Amino acid sequence: MNAEKRRIPGTTVFDGEQARKGYALNRMCFSFNDAANRAEFLRDEDAYCGKYGLSPQQREAVRNRNVLELIEAGGNVYYLAKFAGIFGLDVQDIGAQQTGMTKDAFKARLAAAARN
Amino acid sequence: MATIVGAITTSHVPAIGRAIDRKLQDDPYWKPFFDGFPPVRSWLAEVRPDIAVLVYNDHGLNFFLDKMPTFAVGAAPEYRNADEGWGIPTVPPFKGDPALSWHIIESLVADEFDIVTCQEMLVDHAFTIPMALLWPEQRWPVRTIPVCVNTVQAPLPSASRCYRLGEAIGRAIESWDTEERVVVIGTGGLSHQLDGTRAGFINKAFDQKFMDSLVDDPGWATQYSTLDLVELAGTQGVEVLMWLVARGALTGKVSKLHSNYHIPISNTASAVMLFGNQG
Repeated sequence: MNAEKRRIPGTTVFDGEQARKGYALNRMCFSFNDAANRAEFLRDEDAYCGKYGLSPQQREAVRNRNVLELIEAGGNVYYLAKFAGIFGLDVQDIGAQQTGMTKDAFKARLAAAARN
Repeated sequence: MATIVGAITTSHVPAIGRAIDRKLQDDPYWKPFFDGFPPVRSWLAEVRPDIAVLVYNDHGLNFFLDKMPTFAVGAAPEYRNADEGWGIPTVPPFKGDPALSWHIIESLVADEFDIVTCQEMLVDHAFTIPMALLWPEQRWPVRTIPVCVNTVQAPLPSASRCYRLGEAIGRAIESWDTEERVVVIGTGGLSHQLDGTRAGFINKAFDQKFMDSLVDDPGWATQYSTLDLVELAGTQGVEVLMWLVARGALTGKVSKLHSNYHIPISNTASAVMLFGNQG
């Protein structure tokens, strides 16, 4: 039995366990490098998710467009960023969503880090 | 023998590519970041390197989780950028130098760095944005050797291992039997985190200590495990590993010629540093 995993507050380290859990979801998101695949997803989301064999948890997280749920389902942020890109969301939008802040409040907090 | 003229380390986040595309260099939000680069460009115009060895981390353009190399070295005659899914315009292709690539590969493996070799390799924003910051006209005057480090999937290579990879790259370049001039570029960081409830995390004190350490005490960060670095610099701030590789490649008398640090661009504490290397 391995030692207990190190916990870092507010952080999910994308390790082998996450990589195994999230493989289908990340594989789908990796496919969004291709504009034709992004269009196909938008045409028929159910069929596209089905093609990649998403788990029910992953399918629900995709349906909810919820980044914390997607991470919980094994998503890696680099691939999830391609999913977010389909909806024109940038990393500040997803930062705001994950921290429960407005985008303006999230940006203000970033700017405040300069004064520490 | 080839000469390493110095190293440049810089942030590489996609938002910079968007800002370049929209010509926002003088926008008040972006100006403090872009103002970090003219001194580096002047230095490049002066030292005129022939080759750039560029150390970066792929974010899911060339590599996926089906096959994830810890270290990979390009050995292609040309490297292209491609759509990463969010619509930043692609940049012109980059010339490679397969002969030097294979020399570096031979030398690294002899040095017991068992890297993956890539005769085809797409290069993502972590490669293209620094190039566009250094040569804004995008007519690349250097041939390039991409060196890719895994920061996608833990376990990541340790800071100590990355520093020693840099030293091995330095030895490889300096044993290349030409008169060519090489600049080493490391891209990523500084502190930032995109994912989780800690998204938006920035650690100015760590960044400044890290930047200072690279001048006179470049092994300082090797005291930390990669999980320590995630905790200190954020899940993406761990890209400081690329800076350690680049700095490790400098084997001569190293001097800091320029640096700039600015918070924030996008979710990131941004920085650029320029080091001279006197043989």
